[in-house]
Amino acid sequence: MSVSLALLVTMAVLYACGVYLLLEKSMTRVILGFLLIGNATNILLLIMSGRPGAAPIVDGETDPSEFADPLPQALILTAIVITFAVSAFLMALVYRSWRLAREDVLVVDPDDVNLLTSGGAESETPVADEDDTEFGTRADAAVEGAVDLDAPTTAAQPGEKMPEDQPMGPGGAPHPVRDGGGEK
Amino acid sequence: MLILLCAFGLVALLLPFLVKKLGTKAFVVGAIPAVLAFGQAVMVAPDVLDGSPVAERTPWVPQLGLTLDLRMDSLSWLMTLVVTGVGALVLVYCVKYFEDDEPGLGRFAAILTAFAGSMYGLVLADDVYLLFVFWELTTVFSYLLVGHNTGRRASRAAALQALLVTTLGGLAMLVGFVLLATESGTSNLTAIIETAPTGQLTTVAIMLVLVGVVTKSAIVPFHFWLPGAMAAPTPVSAYLHAAAMVKAGIYLLARLAPGFADTPGWHEVLVTLGVVTMLIGGWRAIRETDLKLLLAYGTVGQLGFLAVVVGFGTRDTALAGLALLVAHALFKSTLFLTVGVIDHRAGTRDLRRLSGLGRRAPVLAVTGILAAASMAGIPPLFGFVAKEAVLTSLQEAGEAGDVWGWIALVGVALGSVLTMAYATRFVWGAFSSKPGVEKVKVLREQPSFILAPVVLGAAGLAAGLFSSAIDGLIAPAADALPSEGEKPYHLALWHGIEPALLISAGTILGGLLVFWLRRRQEAPAGTESPRRTMAADAYRGTLRTTDRFAALVTSTTQRGSLPFYLAIILIVLLASAGAALVRVQNWPDEILPWDSPYQVVIGAVMMVAAVAATFAAKRFQAVVLVGVTGFGMAVLFAMHGAPDLALTQTLVELVTLVAFVLVLRRLPARLGEQNGSQFRVGRAVLGGAVGILMAVVAVVALGARTAQPISIAFPELAVTGGEGYNVVNVTLVDIRGWDTMGELSVLIAAATGVASLVFISSRSDRMPEFARRSGRGISGLRSRGGDSVDDMRNPWLLAGRTLAPRNRSILLEVVVRLVFHVLIVISLYLLIAGHNAPGGGFAGGLVVGLALVARYLAAGRIELAAAAPVNAGALLGSGLIFAVGTAAVPLFFGADALTSTVFQADFGPFGGIKFVTSTFFDIGVYLVVIGLVLDVLRSLGGEVDRQQDEEEGEDSPLSPHPNEPVRQKETTA
Repeated sequence: MSVSLALLVTMAVLYACGVYLLLEKSMTRVILGFLLIGNATNILLLIMSGRPGAAPIVDGETDPSEFADPLPQALILTAIVITFAVSAFLMALVYRSWRLAREDVLVVDPDDVNLLTSGGAESETPVADEDDTEFGTRADAAVEGAVDLDAPTTAAQPGEKMPEDQPMGPGGAPHPVRDGGGEK
Repeated sequence: MLILLCAFGLVALLLPFLVKKLGTKAFVVGAIPAVLAFGQAVMVAPDVLDGSPVAERTPWVPQLGLTLDLRMDSLSWLMTLVVTGVGALVLVYCVKYFEDDEPGLGRFAAILTAFAGSMYGLVLADDVYLLFVFWELTTVFSYLLVGHNTGRRASRAAALQALLVTTLGGLAMLVGFVLLATESGTSNLTAIIETAPTGQLTTVAIMLVLVGVVTKSAIVPFHFWLPGAMAAPTPVSAYLHAAAMVKAGIYLLARLAPGFADTPGWHEVLVTLGVVTMLIGGWRAIRETDLKLLLAYGTVGQLGFLAVVVGFGTRDTALAGLALLVAHALFKSTLFLTVGVIDHRAGTRDLRRLSGLGRRAPVLAVTGILAAASMAGIPPLFGFVAKEAVLTSLQEAGEAGDVWGWIALVGVALGSVLTMAYATRFVWGAFSSKPGVEKVKVLREQPSFILAPVVLGAAGLAAGLFSSAIDGLIAPAADALPSEGEKPYHLALWHGIEPALLISAGTILGGLLVFWLRRRQEAPAGTESPRRTMAADAYRGTLRTTDRFAALVTSTTQRGSLPFYLAIILIVLLASAGAALVRVQNWPDEILPWDSPYQVVIGAVMMVAAVAATFAAKRFQAVVLVGVTGFGMAVLFAMHGAPDLALTQTLVELVTLVAFVLVLRRLPARLGEQNGSQFRVGRAVLGGAVGILMAVVAVVALGARTAQPISIAFPELAVTGGEGYNVVNVTLVDIRGWDTMGELSVLIAAATGVASLVFISSRSDRMPEFARRSGRGISGLRSRGGDSVDDMRNPWLLAGRTLAPRNRSILLEVVVRLVFHVLIVISLYLLIAGHNAPGGGFAGGLVVGLALVARYLAAGRIELAAAAPVNAGALLGSGLIFAVGTAAVPLFFGADALTSTVFQADFGPFGGIKFVTSTFFDIGVYLVVIGLVLDVLRSLGGEVDRQQDEEEGEDSPLSPHPNEPVRQKETTA
């Protein structure tokens, strides 16, 4: 099949301008770039459909072999309406951004930038185990100085370091094992 | 056996509910499958030990050649007894160990049972991939069990560590399995071992499998996860970390040894790592003060011991190794369960704070001492029998000329000294009376609680006493390996005075000495230095490095700038598509300058507009320029022979323009003042490159179109099948109706998205109440500058007077009044006629949309509400119902979805009516498009107006109470 140079050049220029605008920071320009690319793509489909022809409407006079290809036309028609729906959505996004943040430009995501300096989150790695019991004072006949696992400081707030001053066991004696565990 | 596996799964699923009802007693139910499996194994024992394995084969995923191959030979049989026997006892033990109110108990019970099931499957699996599945299941369940106490950081971190380390090994093992299966041409484990391929690839595969073994069985350098996993509840430690899961690696060694023990590197790796592990584990164990950690390091040491012996690969070492495996399962789980009882009773496991327990809990003490003696290898316990067998078999191997036999013998002997030392330390720490430490309180021992350890401990004693009988149960599993000596070794309590006995005596004495030396330098409680090990530090370092590297990668690729990402994507497109284009062969026959000279003119206009749009500094300017390209498209379509497209494009362009203007009026007029355009040249180059690329793609793609187009048949199909003459329309609603259906859902999603972005609280736009009141309601409202003369006149548009006079245009109101109904009629015509002439649901719906736009522009949002007194959502929904209905109804008549039916009626001289059901589909499209435009108008038009009014602090005509007359204001016009 042959191709029309005029259509080809128009399409290329529309793509080029569309991409140029799409890479802008201004959201309005981004939408405009999106529309241009949409138009360019429709031309691409049009080029693909082959040679121009008669309108594909069966009227008994035109020979169907002279019709322009109807299938790409149906695809383009779908594309046109969807482009409108999506650009309306983009416009609503711009409006929302403007209303909430007074911004109509794409800003650099600060969280992403922070990642570079903060080094990101860290996995939990085993700490030196702080308890030598699963029962402590809840045991049937706990020894003196058993750990009170239900005490607020030992009910282990996740990720918290052990406090420096030790919780008191029921007998009033500081829990000895914790001394080692707390200072690391 | 498969049924038993299912029983494990079923009981596990039921347990969370049972635990709610029965409390901890539900653990007994959890033990039932394990007991059944144990019983089944006992029943088939004569067959299995006789050399005829029980096998079951069920197809699983035949497409991938996966089968549920279960096979119980003498080795699997032995392992089954261990994992189900210990499993059942541990589950019974849990009844007393936990309280009914333990958080997450239902989950714990279910997972523990499921774990027992997967362990059972692991030892029976006769397919490497099935084995791998069970292997990983035990890893995952182990993760959940170790992390049982979800609130504690130590518990979570330990669980994660165990998971990461064992999964790493599991993945390496999977690769090894894949290689092995490829080399031997089957994934059946028995067949692989029989084939026993050799060669470099097999060596690599076996080494990878060994990585899995050493991670799972906590062999150096991956031993550190096991002591960490002691954060698990003690029954879990007793079962997973003593009897079952850590034995999986040892089991695999025993399984593979007959085929692969002579693989290069096998001996060297296993003996070296095993001996090092045994020494490190023993050394750490004599330094621990927490009884459970002492046992954990002891287990590490014993696992090293097992790896040396089981992996050694002669018949006698295999026998010794398996005996040791059974002995270890018995004594180590007894010891863990004993520690659990101690902790439950005394509230601590610190051996420096336990005193006098031996006297106050005699049964427990006897049990613990028996188990510890078995661990240390003291006659007449089974541990002694096993150790004798190990020492003799290694000595035989050494005498047979294997230097590794001597190395292993010396290493094992040294390790046994340490074992004796920490066994003594355990007994002393747990049960002795210590001066200066308060004795534990008096408490009666609960028979049901100590049942499990007593049974396990007694089994160790009985097995030792009747070791000659036990030999008959274990030996068949070892007989798979060739015997080296003249006569095969047999387990027995007394072999006479021989070197092994002397070594044993030596290790016992040496162990006591080490214990005594260690005892002298025991530091008082609370002064020990923090425990750090190289391996654990390496793990921590690896995790940190991974985290940092992930952050580094993320922060270098995710710069937070969307244009940057887009540019990357486009560059990749250029590179990949460009590279593919280089190899293209098909070029189109010819390139014409144009289809018609007008095309050049239109194209030129569009290009100029597009380029100008990139330079436009003002928003409206840019929007209009882009609009020019859109209208140019319409002309191109018309010239191409696509009237439907031209019509739709024109209408869409108009609506888009209006929508754009509605949004832009709220934004500053000039574009990009704060941040001027950046990287102009770079973007221009990229844009140009993409444009050229797409042009080349178009040329090439067209050149590739050599086949007959599918649409050749469309005109014929449209007329006969779709009963319509407009081929494009029939394509949309009939031939390719599903495409349109998909499009409708996109439109509805977009419309809903627009509304939800703009309406902050709800989509209902405060209009319906008012709209129903229609004209009367509106006449009750006055404009802000409402003057009396206007009030008296009949307005052209209902809501005209709600606008301030300065915003009104009577001319516009008159025109809209005149054309609105005309537009509606035209839209209906387009809708109905579209089947045979240009038009259709899309065009019709857009015309209605434009009519609504006109009403809104002329008299504001209240007028819009009066013009379209329906909810946009209802329009969208009913449109979709129409479309789906048209698709679905034919199904009820036995036809394919979306089949068109024609209804014809002849009225004689008045002509006839022909109606095609696909028109309903078009009506659906029509309604959805109207709904879309209405949503856009209400959101970007009406609601934006209202929000603007609110921001400016003025009373909008309808707020806060639409039904109350707005108070009058001085006109500002």
